[in-house]
Amino acid sequence: MTEPSWHVVARFDDVAKDDVVAATIGDAALAIVRTNDNRVFVLDATCTHGRASLADGFVDGTEIECPKHNGRFEVTTGEAVASPARAALRTYPCRLSDGCIEVQL
Amino acid sequence: MRDYTVGGPEAKNATANNLVEADWYKPHVERETMKALMARSNGIAARDTILWLVLLVGSGILAYRSWGSWWAVPAFALYGVMYGSASDARWHECGHRTAFRSRLANDVIYHVAAFMDFREPISWRWSHARHHSDTIIVGRDPEIAFQRGAPLVNTFLELFAVRTIIAESKKLFLNAVGRPTKEQADFQPAEEMRGSIWWSRVYILAFAGVITWCIAAGSVLPAMFIGLPTIYGRWLMVVYGITQHAGLAEDVLDHRLNTRTVMMNRVNRFMYLNMNYHLEHHIFPTVPYHALPKLHATVADQLPTPHRSIWHAIREILPTLVKQRNDQSVVLARVVP
Repeated sequence: MTEPSWHVVARFDDVAKDDVVAATIGDAALAIVRTNDNRVFVLDATCTHGRASLADGFVDGTEIECPKHNGRFEVTTGEAVASPARAALRTYPCRLSDGCIEVQL
Repeated sequence: MRDYTVGGPEAKNATANNLVEADWYKPHVERETMKALMARSNGIAARDTILWLVLLVGSGILAYRSWGSWWAVPAFALYGVMYGSASDARWHECGHRTAFRSRLANDVIYHVAAFMDFREPISWRWSHARHHSDTIIVGRDPEIAFQRGAPLVNTFLELFAVRTIIAESKKLFLNAVGRPTKEQADFQPAEEMRGSIWWSRVYILAFAGVITWCIAAGSVLPAMFIGLPTIYGRWLMVVYGITQHAGLAEDVLDHRLNTRTVMMNRVNRFMYLNMNYHLEHHIFPTVPYHALPKLHATVADQLPTPHRSIWHAIREILPTLVKQRNDQSVVLARVVP
């Protein structure tokens, strides 16, 4: 099994406050979220309910809303907090390094 | 006539044709613009909800005071429309949780409006999610209200919720004893049935209470305020509703071909909470109702020309429904930019 390693997914400045951008590492489609207080979280981009990319979603505080069915997830934990989302999203460790966002996977 | 049963034979065809949970056409909108359009507002939603409640309660007081006179007719007509039609748009917008920023406020109004619409709130949330996944995909979408080839009398009966009340009553009684309908089992996870069971029992008890109240009072008046407005006040919701998808394409992955935008005046847009921008709503369901006019202006050059009025839309819809009664291949084509 391959050891997890750190990958640069975006420049911090390229992600606006209260927003999300898409990134891809290998087969993994990721959503990079920056909250209003400049915290960054990385989650699977594909909604666990329907086939939609959360990278097109709406960031509201520490929640992200699916653009297709309005299901919501807590970005700090990946927990589904509003139906029709029920299953949690996978989250990934991330860090800032030299102005870049790195994710471990 | 095609079999519109959810989970029926057409569902297999939809899967085989890659129409299930598929990628849909989206117009281009700059991310910054989209972000601004998606912003929620408790203030705007509170203003519009208070106005609706004032009209509902005010017309209700007038109706109560005029009971026994001819003035009761217009008073109940207004009350009924506020209860049985305006509630539909509130149910819908709060179901998407886009009306208010507050989830609690959305959920409270959602449940109140669902009761007024005679919709068990849990199953309808899942039904509507499916409607957005697979809009007008036959065999998948549980909310295809105007089915090709269906007797036209159905449309007339729907003005008074006749078929809806029969179907929903059956579902309530089945759910109350723990059984989902066959179609419901297709779009609602089994784990979510607990909520449907609970709410079905609440609804049955509530309506039994109203009937008991009427019998005890020796008057239909209590039911004129709770329950019956779903029937006598529903017609406007059906007028709005028929403009959404009727007569347009089935089994396509482009909302521009199966959903309509119809320009409406300020009063209708208040009653309908801007759902006349239905095409824009289906493409971007995270945009709250109050931002839909701006969204419409942003993407207008990428969408078909909207209808200029309700009447303009109905003038193309009704003759098409008549034609589809005998020839289900008839479809209203759309010119897309």
